[in-house]
Amino acid sequence: MKKDKLVIPDHNTLFATDPYVKQREGKKAFEAPCSEQETAEALAYSKSAEYKDKNFARTSLVVNPHKACQPLGALMAALGFEMTLPFIHGSQGCTAYFRSHLSRHFKEPTPAVSSSMTEDGAVFGGMANLIDGLENSVALYKPAMVAVSTTCMAEVIGDDLQAFISNARQKGAISEELPVPYANTPSFSGSHITGYDAMLKSIISTLYTRSGIEAAPGSGEGTGEKLNIILGFEPYTGNFAEMRKIMAAFDTAYTFLGDHSGNFDSPATGEYSYYYGGTKLDDVPKAAYALGTLSLQKYAVKKTLEYIGGTWRQQTVGLSAPIGITATDRLLEAISELTGLPVPAELTEERGRVVDALTDSHPYLHGKRVALVGDPDLLIGLVQFCLDTGMEPVHIVCSNGDNGFKEEVEALLASSPFGAGATVYIGNDLWHMRSLLIGEPVDLAVGSSHLKFAAKDAGVPLIRVGFPVFDRHHLHRYPLIGYQGALNLLTTIVNTVLEGLDEQASGFNHDLVR
Amino acid sequence: MGLDIEANEQLIGEILKAYPEKARKDRQKHFQVNTPESINSCTCTLKSNMKSRPGVMTIRGCAYAGSKGVVWGPIKDMVHISHGPVGCGQYSWGTRRNYANGMLGIDNFTAMQVTSDFQETDIVFGGDKKLEVICREIKEMFPLAKGISIQSECPVGLIGDDIEAVSKKMAAELGIPIIPVRCEGFRGVSQSLGHHIANDAIRDFIMGKRELAETGPYDINIIGDYNIGGDAWASRILLEEMGLRVIAQWSGDGTINELAIAHKAKLNLIHCHRSMNYMVTTMEKEYGIPWLEYNFFGPTKTAESLRKIAALFDEHIQENCEKVIAKYEAEMNAIIHKYKPRLEGKKVMLLIGGLRARHTLGAYEDLGMEVVATGYEFAHKDDYEKTFPEMKEGSIIMDDATAYELEELAQRLDIDLMGSGVKEKYVYHKMGVPFRQMHSWDYSGPYHGYDGFKIFAKDMDMTVNSPVWTLLKPGKSGLRHKEGAGL
Repeated sequence: MKKDKLVIPDHNTLFATDPYVKQREGKKAFEAPCSEQETAEALAYSKSAEYKDKNFARTSLVVNPHKACQPLGALMAALGFEMTLPFIHGSQGCTAYFRSHLSRHFKEPTPAVSSSMTEDGAVFGGMANLIDGLENSVALYKPAMVAVSTTCMAEVIGDDLQAFISNARQKGAISEELPVPYANTPSFSGSHITGYDAMLKSIISTLYTRSGIEAAPGSGEGTGEKLNIILGFEPYTGNFAEMRKIMAAFDTAYTFLGDHSGNFDSPATGEYSYYYGGTKLDDVPKAAYALGTLSLQKYAVKKTLEYIGGTWRQQTVGLSAPIGITATDRLLEAISELTGLPVPAELTEERGRVVDALTDSHPYLHGKRVALVGDPDLLIGLVQFCLDTGMEPVHIVCSNGDNGFKEEVEALLASSPFGAGATVYIGNDLWHMRSLLIGEPVDLAVGSSHLKFAAKDAGVPLIRVGFPVFDRHHLHRYPLIGYQGALNLLTTIVNTVLEGLDEQASGFNHDLVR
Repeated sequence: MGLDIEANEQLIGEILKAYPEKARKDRQKHFQVNTPESINSCTCTLKSNMKSRPGVMTIRGCAYAGSKGVVWGPIKDMVHISHGPVGCGQYSWGTRRNYANGMLGIDNFTAMQVTSDFQETDIVFGGDKKLEVICREIKEMFPLAKGISIQSECPVGLIGDDIEAVSKKMAAELGIPIIPVRCEGFRGVSQSLGHHIANDAIRDFIMGKRELAETGPYDINIIGDYNIGGDAWASRILLEEMGLRVIAQWSGDGTINELAIAHKAKLNLIHCHRSMNYMVTTMEKEYGIPWLEYNFFGPTKTAESLRKIAALFDEHIQENCEKVIAKYEAEMNAIIHKYKPRLEGKKVMLLIGGLRARHTLGAYEDLGMEVVATGYEFAHKDDYEKTFPEMKEGSIIMDDATAYELEELAQRLDIDLMGSGVKEKYVYHKMGVPFRQMHSWDYSGPYHGYDGFKIFAKDMDMTVNSPVWTLLKPGKSGLRHKEGAGL
């Protein structure tokens, strides 16, 4: 095998070879390119304070935002339920994009169908497409539930989903037995997290209403149903596993309202099924018997929590991503309070081990200046982790955060001396972040793969956390929450810092022991 | 081993039984088994470029994807606004791998997501005023941008915005070309109309607008190469080695200047015929520039194409052409010598875009592989007519095949390799079928030209013969690819 080894350079090295370098230079004769001086000046200008001011004065232009649109979240919510086919009503290109986007992050299939509306749909409405689409998709993909969300097109022309679905039943395209929850998820409002919320609420309320069950909070205690748990728009399948582990330690029954970890982490066995895992449809109405509902993404599932607190009259506890020791302590306290069970000893012991790890690594974390990007609940978790470990958040950018989020983060920052140097930006994008990273440098950037461009321009190492992570493999399979998640994040961060020390070592300080 | 025409026709019939009557009748028209007759006379009874059935899980995209994602997006010195809500631009940000030299955000704006991020108020009151401000802000943020294109998303066309008027006004104000492109996703039935709309916008706003200081007898254009993983560069090098002068690359690593001077060329070479044929026929009509479709996948087709190209020039070029082919011969033989024994007889199925489903056939054949079924997402009749003669008797040719159909076919044909896109990829991993993404080259490439074929061969071998496929089922009985696995 070795002796016929051929050297085959690919795009990583091929274009650095002489013939291609010459080609690149030669091509410029036809490009009417900017001169090197112009480019150098523009680069320098883009790093200036003046540029930063102009960048922040933008009122309409959005460059590299850190948010996606509603139906993407609706699709993820649908895949959290047993044998559920996401159905997106509108132009078909949207569905192709959502499927690609989620598959690039999870490295997993993303089954979803579109009603494939075209120009005549824009004129006459999309009812025929919706009805045919339901009939075809049920025949081919045999779902137990179809979850319908909408694209901009269907929303702008004002398609009436309720009437259309009801007509589909009347025409016999789908049976009365098939639940078809629907949510209006136009891309011109909210973001992927609001779309997640809208679909989740619709699925829960539809299944509940259809069941005829009467909400009776706490009555399920006898049957073991104590707690409902909502993870939300969760990019980490590992976080579901971590919650399972925690709940197993509490030894109490619970229901995940939305669990896409099966669909986004299915085994390769030689056979493919469209549906893996998910919350059982029968379990959804029964969740109305539980004592309470706990969410780990309160900003992502606002409306769902309102519904559960209102219609189901349940106690709801909305947390944000429990990242780090303090936030995980709070999570366990919340579970303990909701269920009346003590915090299990094994989790306390695990806590001790992870705190031990933090004490080992704290010299390399302390005082490190950090920039953070992500969804609101993730950011709250990350800020808490920084404050736990002596890292100092500096720039916090949230493209899809609201004023309530901003106030909460600011209050959290104010609670610690390590938060004193931070500024929270809502509605801003990663081009703003570029100016921030260049103007006021930090040691580490924490965020999704989309942050890699700004991080590179500023020469800051990127810790990939959140959604989407396209350019690293399997990170989503490891938990970010709970004590284990704290250890995982700590390990990534401290080793990135240590890697940096090795890279920058001048010689004598290329230390063997750190 | 020949493929059985009747058996495959029956197989398609069985697969389509799962559909409700109306959809089944429609889907039937999108399959054809290759017969001696269709090979010889290119008789294409297969229907294409028609609406997808709702709810079937089509793998198609939309007109915006065809325009912004394919044609306009790679033009590196322009800023392309994804005009409308945030999603379209977000999902198409940096995912196509159309490489471009330059400094991102300074003089190269390809892997960026520039959007007007429409909100409810923009839908209600219209987005034209906002678009004006956006153009000004682009000029301020990106002073070296040589132009702006406005890539319309669905709502823009539905709410009646006048982006043409805004473009005209702002182009005059800012002194750079601003091009409105009406590529709303609901137009047409796939990416294909988006290509056409994008081509028309190039024709109307940029084509023929600039001069080339010096022209020569060997000036040519590369049209329809999007430089995925560096494809256009691996192609250009061969043409230049042959003594030709490439004056424009459309549109991979392209510039607005190259769009504007291309009419000065003596010949248009078109690779992706589907997405840019409109331009070569337009330039033929307007400027009398002849054009030639070429195929740089695999050494056989590459040599064939190089000779066809050279034949349009003088002896000097023809001699060079032979020298170029000879120069790479030993390298190509070494590649084939190494990989062919490992890939010989492996069965391949493809479902890709509008060109590669036929253009890559030769490359697979150079490696001894057999394409048993192939099809396109958005091809037209002429693409299919060119496909039948390239395929073996009894092979299956399909149009806009759905996820269900592809999965059934893969199993029933017992294929050894599937080539399609990222939406399909992981399904086949579950099934234990080796898979390559044939849009993005699965983060590899280039695949064009001689340098590209080496990588192509290595990648196909790596995928088909990876030992990971033998791990799917515990125990020896679970091995899917018994012979050759992991060697």
